[in-house]
Amino acid sequence: MAAQNLQSVPVELTAGTSETAEADGQANFDRVIAEDSRIEPKDWMPPAYRKTLLRQISQHAHSEIIGMQPEANWISRAPSLKRKAILMAKVQDEAGHGLYLYSAAESLGQNRDEMTDALIAGKARYSSIFNYPALTWADMGAIGWLVDGAAICNQVPLCRASYGPYGRAMVRICKEESFHQRQGFEILLELSNGTPAQKQMAQDAVNRWYAPALMMFGPPDDDSPNSKQSMAWNIKRFSNDELRSRFVGMMVEQVRVLGLTLPDDQIRFNEDSKKWEHGPLDWDEFHEVLAGRGPCNSQRLERRREAHDDGAWVREAAAAYAQKQSMTTKEYAA
Amino acid sequence: MSPHGNPEAPASSATEIKREAPKASPKPQEHTEHAWGLWEVFVRSSRGLSHVHAGSLHAPDAAMALRNARDLYTRRNEGVSIWVVPADAIAASDPDSKGAFFESPQGKDYRHATYYTKSEGVKHL
Repeated sequence: MAAQNLQSVPVELTAGTSETAEADGQANFDRVIAEDSRIEPKDWMPPAYRKTLLRQISQHAHSEIIGMQPEANWISRAPSLKRKAILMAKVQDEAGHGLYLYSAAESLGQNRDEMTDALIAGKARYSSIFNYPALTWADMGAIGWLVDGAAICNQVPLCRASYGPYGRAMVRICKEESFHQRQGFEILLELSNGTPAQKQMAQDAVNRWYAPALMMFGPPDDDSPNSKQSMAWNIKRFSNDELRSRFVGMMVEQVRVLGLTLPDDQIRFNEDSKKWEHGPLDWDEFHEVLAGRGPCNSQRLERRREAHDDGAWVREAAAAYAQKQSMTTKEYAA
Repeated sequence: MSPHGNPEAPASSATEIKREAPKASPKPQEHTEHAWGLWEVFVRSSRGLSHVHAGSLHAPDAAMALRNARDLYTRRNEGVSIWVVPADAIAASDPDSKGAFFESPQGKDYRHATYYTKSEGVKHL
C-alpha cells in the first residue's frame, strides 16, 4: 500500500522561502488533481486534504477491525468444517484490510498506536453497520451479500482515489471483497433452497440487514457536508445517493436469483432520472448508532479493548526478545 | 524456503542482500515503550520477476516482519519470495527536486529507438 513516508535525501540546494515553497506546492497539487493523477505521501498537500483523508482512511480501517466481530462470533458455530474454514479466511481478510488501511493512514504522518488508542477509547468512528447484532447463521449470508456488497459498491470507485496509498490499498481490498460477497450469496441461496424454516431464516436476515446496508453509503447528498469537497479532490468519485441507487438496482436483480424479497415495496426504476429509487430510511437511527447508541456499540468496543489488553504481553515479549537479540548481536560484533 | 518455512531460520534472501542487515527493527518515534518499527515489504510474485513493493507493516524484528508479511501480503499465493526492509533504511529521492533531479533524460530523444526513422520499412531493424 503505502509507498511510505520515506526519508528523502536532498539532492540539491534549493534557495527559496517557505511561502514560495507552499505556493509551489499548491500549484503542483492543483495540477496533479486537474490531471486526475495521484498525490503521493511526500508531496505537498493542503492541510484540509490531509485531514479529510486521515478521517476517511482511519474510519475505514477501524470499520474493518471492528467488522471482524459479528462474523468471528459465528466461527465456532458454523454448520460445517468447510463453512468454518471459509469464515476464518474472511475474518482474516478483514484484519488484513484494516492493516492495509492503517498503513495508508500512517503514510500521512499519523501514528498507528494513536489510531488504535482512539478506537479503544471510543473517540474514533467506524461504520455504523457493525453495531448491529448477527443473530442467526443466515446473518453470515446477509452480511456477505448485502454488507460486503455495499462495501464493494462504495470501494470500487475508491481504487481511483487521488491519494496513491489509499487507492492501492483499495485495489487489494476490492479483489478480496468479491470472495466475501459471493460466499454470502451462496449461504443465502443454500438456505433459500432448504427447508421452509431455513428459507424463512434467510428472509429474516435479509429483512434486518437491508436498511442498515443502504445506510452504509452515508447520509443523503444534501445532508453530507464533506462529499462535495471530497469529490472536487477526486477522493470520492460518486455521491452517496448515486452509489446507493446503483446498489439497489444490483440487489433487485440478485434477490430474484435467491428466491427472496427485499423488505421495501417502494423500490422502482425512475425512467426520467434513470435511477433506482427506494423507500425512506431511518436517518435518526443512523445518527443514533453513529453516536454510539446502537444495539452493539458498547459490546464491540469492550471486545476490542479486551483483545488489545489480552495481546499486550505478546507485543511486549516480542519487542523485548528483538531488543535482546540485537544486543547479543552487537556484543558479538564488538 | 517453502511458503510456510520456519520463520525462526534466517531468510536466505535477506542474507544474500546484506549480511549485516539489522535484525531488530529501528526505534520508531516512540509512542509506547514497546512500539514496533515500520518495515517495507517487497514480494516476488513468481520466479523470473522482480520483487515489487507490496506495502508495509509493523514488527519487532526481521523474523516477525517476514512472518507478518507472509500472512498479510501472500494469503492467496501472491508470492514466492519476500523481502522486508526497515523503512528508515530506505533512502528516497526528494519529490520537491524532481524537476532538476530527473532532468538529464529530457531532450535526449536519441536514446530511444523511435528517434531513428530513416530505417523504417527495412526488415529486421
